[in-house]
Amino acid sequence: MIILNLYNCLGTYLVIAAMLFGFGIYGLVARKTLIGMLIASELVLAASSINFMAFNRFLAPDPTVGQIFTLFIMAIAAAEAAIAVSIVVAVYRNYKSIDTEDLVDLQG
Amino acid sequence: MESVICLPAANPSLFSAEGFVGLIFLLTIGIIIFGAAVATTSRRLVRCVAGLAICFTGVAGIYYFLMSPFVAMMQMLIYVGAVSILIAFAVMMADPEDHHGTARAPVLASPLGAAVGAMLFAALTGMGLNTEWQVFDRRGGGTIKDVGVAFLTDYSMVFELVSIVLLVAIIGALVLARRGRS
Repeated sequence: MIILNLYNCLGTYLVIAAMLFGFGIYGLVARKTLIGMLIASELVLAASSINFMAFNRFLAPDPTVGQIFTLFIMAIAAAEAAIAVSIVVAVYRNYKSIDTEDLVDLQG
Repeated sequence: MESVICLPAANPSLFSAEGFVGLIFLLTIGIIIFGAAVATTSRRLVRCVAGLAICFTGVAGIYYFLMSPFVAMMQMLIYVGAVSILIAFAVMMADPEDHHGTARAPVLASPLGAAVGAMLFAALTGMGLNTEWQVFDRRGGGTIKDVGVAFLTDYSMVFELVSIVLLVAIIGALVLARRGRS
């Protein structure tokens, strides 16, 4: 049964990462709240991490580089999430809303 | 054209150990798909955060299948344990559930977003499956010890810079969240 050998194939991981990326872009476009967009951007970051790890496992000459890159992505993503959440809290304090349709002060 | 790289393995039967591992891998994929679908399509933000945590748990399983148990543990610690909880706190503080009628409601955003996401998925899948990937000879083992040695030798400068970035992010988050509260 070839379907039980999927975890040894590079293509499987690439398809999973592409699917997560598609979900993330859909969420970024379709979400109406800032927190929803933040969640979608985390999905995009997870997709890129899976790609790095898959190429690291199957193709790279030195299989530590991809792991280190993924760990750096995690650190940067944690910093980004902290900053984004504090911005969301500051926006909510000023506008009493985190709906992107309400944040239109600069549209004249 | 068959250019998908598969490591050589005999086709396992369903009741062997390899077949069971394959079943667990399929389950992991199911967890990821379910979590991502909940995180992007649910209407209540609390459920989105829960879906995000489920999806990240599945991604940690994927890392484990990619022979990186350390990265899988870090994924559980940082993403499931810290980032999801942080977003849950943001949901509680910003209280987005009480809607008081927005000015405009974009009707095209959801179908257009679905179309863009589907096209990106199709394009990336086609590119990933049809490219002739080049395999290089292995030099290292990729164990936890190798990762630690590389962190403290080849990548020590980046390691220090990331710690500075995290420090700046902490201070910036505190300043941003404190402003406006007399």
